[in-house]
Amino acid sequence: MRSDNFLESSIKGISEITQDWLADFGGILMFLGSFIYWTFKRPYRIREIFRQMDFVGVQSGMLIIMTGAFTGMVSALQGYNGMSRYGAGSLVGATTALALARELGPVLTGLMVVGRVGSAMTAEIGSMRNTQQIDAISSMAVAPIQYLVSPRIIATTLTLPFLSVVFGFSGMVGAYLIATQYLHIDAGAFMSGIKDYMTPNDVTQGLIKAFVFGFLLSLVACFKGYNAGGGARGVGVATTKSVVLSSVLILFSDYVMTTIMF
Amino acid sequence: MIQVDNIQKRFAEQEVLRGVSFQVRQGSITTLIGRSGAGKSLLLRHLIGLDQPDIGKILIDGKDIVGMTTSELNTIRRRFGVLFQDGALFDSMSVRDNVAFPLKEHTKLSENEILDKVRQKLELVGLLSHGGKYPSELSGGMRKRVGLARALALGPDLVFFDEPTSGLDPITRGAIYRLIENTHIDGEITYFLVSHDITGVMAISDEVIMLHQGKIIAQGTPEDFRTNPDPVVQQFLLGSPDGPIAID
Ligand SMILES: Nc1ncnc2c1ncn2[C@@H]1O[C@H](COP(=O)(O)OP(=O)(O)OP(=O)(O)O)[C@@H](O)[C@H]1O
Ligand SMILES: [Mg+2]
Repeated sequence: MRSDNFLESSIKGISEITQDWLADFGGILMFLGSFIYWTFKRPYRIREIFRQMDFVGVQSGMLIIMTGAFTGMVSALQGYNGMSRYGAGSLVGATTALALARELGPVLTGLMVVGRVGSAMTAEIGSMRNTQQIDAISSMAVAPIQYLVSPRIIATTLTLPFLSVVFGFSGMVGAYLIATQYLHIDAGAFMSGIKDYMTPNDVTQGLIKAFVFGFLLSLVACFKGYNAGGGARGVGVATTKSVVLSSVLILFSDYVMTTIMF
Repeated sequence: MIQVDNIQKRFAEQEVLRGVSFQVRQGSITTLIGRSGAGKSLLLRHLIGLDQPDIGKILIDGKDIVGMTTSELNTIRRRFGVLFQDGALFDSMSVRDNVAFPLKEHTKLSENEILDKVRQKLELVGLLSHGGKYPSELSGGMRKRVGLARALALGPDLVFFDEPTSGLDPITRGAIYRLIENTHIDGEITYFLVSHDITGVMAISDEVIMLHQGKIIAQGTPEDFRTNPDPVVQQFLLGSPDGPIAID
């Protein structure tokens, strides 16, 4: 009985969410159009872009370093556990590096930034919408998309690849420490494994992914905030939806890009 | 000059504006009055191009702003000043930065020149010593005055004030009316006000317009209004609970 209800409500939930997303799709495309229009129109808001880069990048630094380090440490442990079963334990450096560069770096950075930055963007723009601050910007002959949205999307898109690199790098430091100190793998073997098996292409793929994730998550965050109605509750709902939709989009586009670049 | 021609606006079942037409004379102080919920703020939003009517025309200096693109609207809005009913201040910016915003956006003044102008405008509304505060640290009336300073910052020639004196003490209210009169230049600068303060607006307005049940039911000089025989107008002016207007 309980599981029936659970199944039923899950199916209903899924169909509701899907309908929601389909309805969003058109809106997001229009939003994207006006983002492009206003971004290439003067004045360019360089200062605002740098301010946002500081918020997205610099202020996320510690979080990314910590999550990166733990991810690298876990990857090293799990990788070693698996690979030592067929005597390839010393290659743990290479597999961790590949995983971090191609997959874990961009995806986990994207998801962390959704939580820290995307949610804040939706909430901030949403509350500006609900207190008529966006109308005030319009009334002063400034385009809110150009003033609020463009700098955020540009900054996030450009910053995410950097954060992903930071994530990967601190992940490798973590993996190195675990491998050499805890698993007693020879440092030379750890490093040469990386040199032998990793190609620049692995890094490029990760950077492209991070770039796309940054764009998607900030586009969704700004869209949801810009269209948030219904007061404080509406902003809350918009923020939740923004986080869910951008997380799913990141994982979905990750799959698509991996298939294409495989 | 503003010319509004038969605008209609509805939200679902509610017809808020049901064919509103009127003109605002170039260089006048014109005040829109009407009951709470009559649609005054909504009408103002239409005049600024923030809302689109379902039908109707809004001509500003002969150009219909209905259906204009944002870029076209912005050319016209550059001459506007707008005071929102709730202030609509940027809460992430200090009072000073709020007032500086339009100056930074639309002038080539240096930082110092902007700072000078901001001080001057804040002095005008009696908030010179509060420039460093944030909107959340201000009282309701102070916020209103910051909004006023921001609206007047660029020296606009068409200003919309949504209830400039509500929530102010009598002395500040008097000061705001004086400010409105002093900054207004007859024949050149047009001020369009929304207000519930009948005594105050009768004293400073050239023209008064009354919005009732989605239509303009009276327009004329304050004197015309006082002598208007319409019992609806008279009840509103007197503030009497008894009369043709029912309290719902
Ligand atoms: N976005 C909207 N959606 C639905 N209804 C709205 C919307 N905007 C305004 N209304 C309705 O239009 C009517 C007029 O609102 P408006 O704010 O213009 O009143 P007002 O005359 O300014 O009142 P007050 O003097 O109290 O400020 C109200 O009944 C309001 O509920
Ligand atoms: Mg109002």
